Amino acid sequence: MKLQKATYFALYAVLELAADPARQLSAVEIAEKYGISAHHLAKVLRGLGRAGIVDSTRGVGGGYRFAGNAKRLTLLDVIRLFEPLGNERSASGEQHPNNAAGRALKLVLNEIDEHAAATFRSITISTMLKIMAQRLASEPTKETRRPRARPEGRGSGSRTGSTG
Amino acid sequence: MRQFAARAALEEKTRLKRRSKTLPAAEPEPGPRIRPAAPEDVRSIIALDEDVTGLAKPRYWQDLYERYGSTRREGRFFLVAEGEGRIEGFIIGEVRAWEFGSPPCGWIFAIQVRPKGRLKGTGTRLFAAMCDCFRRAGVEKVRTMLARDNALIHSFFRSQGMMAGPFIELEMSLD
Repeated sequence: MKLQKATYFALYAVLELAADPARQLSAVEIAEKYGISAHHLAKVLRGLGRAGIVDSTRGVGGGYRFAGNAKRLTLLDVIRLFEPLGNERSASGEQHPNNAAGRALKLVLNEIDEHAAATFRSITISTMLKIMAQRLASEPTKETRRPRARPEGRGSGSRTGSTG
Repeated sequence: MRQFAARAALEEKTRLKRRSKTLPAAEPEPGPRIRPAAPEDVRSIIALDEDVTGLAKPRYWQDLYERYGSTRREGRFFLVAEGEGRIEGFIIGEVRAWEFGSPPCGWIFAIQVRPKGRLKGTGTRLFAAMCDCFRRAGVEKVRTMLARDNALIHSFFRSQGMMAGPFIELEMSLD
């Protein structure tokens, strides 16, 4: 499954801002964290602002804040702002030949799209933040990550240190 | 089933460790008490289900109670959430082994919360209690199946930390 670049940017921005709704961040700050184009992200953030998902403040010290309901807003809600999904895609131009092969292929692709849409619809921003926190907690930090045990060095596996 | 009981002590020891694998959900506010279903609860369960689905199924729920609640069979659990003198919700599950080649795991096949009592942590409480039952029974996975278009219940299970499992459900019309 591959989403368009603008959709990924929107999801990054929403997750970043929703993690601390009181915090205000500029497009540049978010872009630097995710290594993405600040110019492109600014356009995406304007789209999120029009949808009421983020609030923006202009001027020095200005930026964006999460304005949605993290327990209600789903991944699908955000994705749909930037690209069609599932059956909407065929309505927006993706055509298959009107023959047996085209119709059979469409049937299978629709099945996949329906699964994808149901998955995106079922995951709220709040659930995503929980998944992120869980993964962060289960990943070893650089400080505590242990190097792989070397066959020749009996004690090498017990040393702590950064492995990059 | 004896092997599940034998593993229960070990499960308890590692319970806290394994709990850290579930999503760090906020602790639900003080709410209904979770307890095994009793015969007098069946009438409330039928009414609650009718309230949610619009269809009264008294024989179905009576039958489920007899199979999962009344005899307290090993690996079968029928729990209710009781608050302010009424049933706020219920959950049913059982340990199933080797279906579709799967090692023993817990299956949740019914959960409902009174519509006006939702968003108060009752579903989370019922889910957590059922997971505890499964842990004590010695299983390490909990599964469920739901309608793809049921966004409400799908979101609920996702919020509890459930993800897509290794099985795919298939069907065909027998025309």
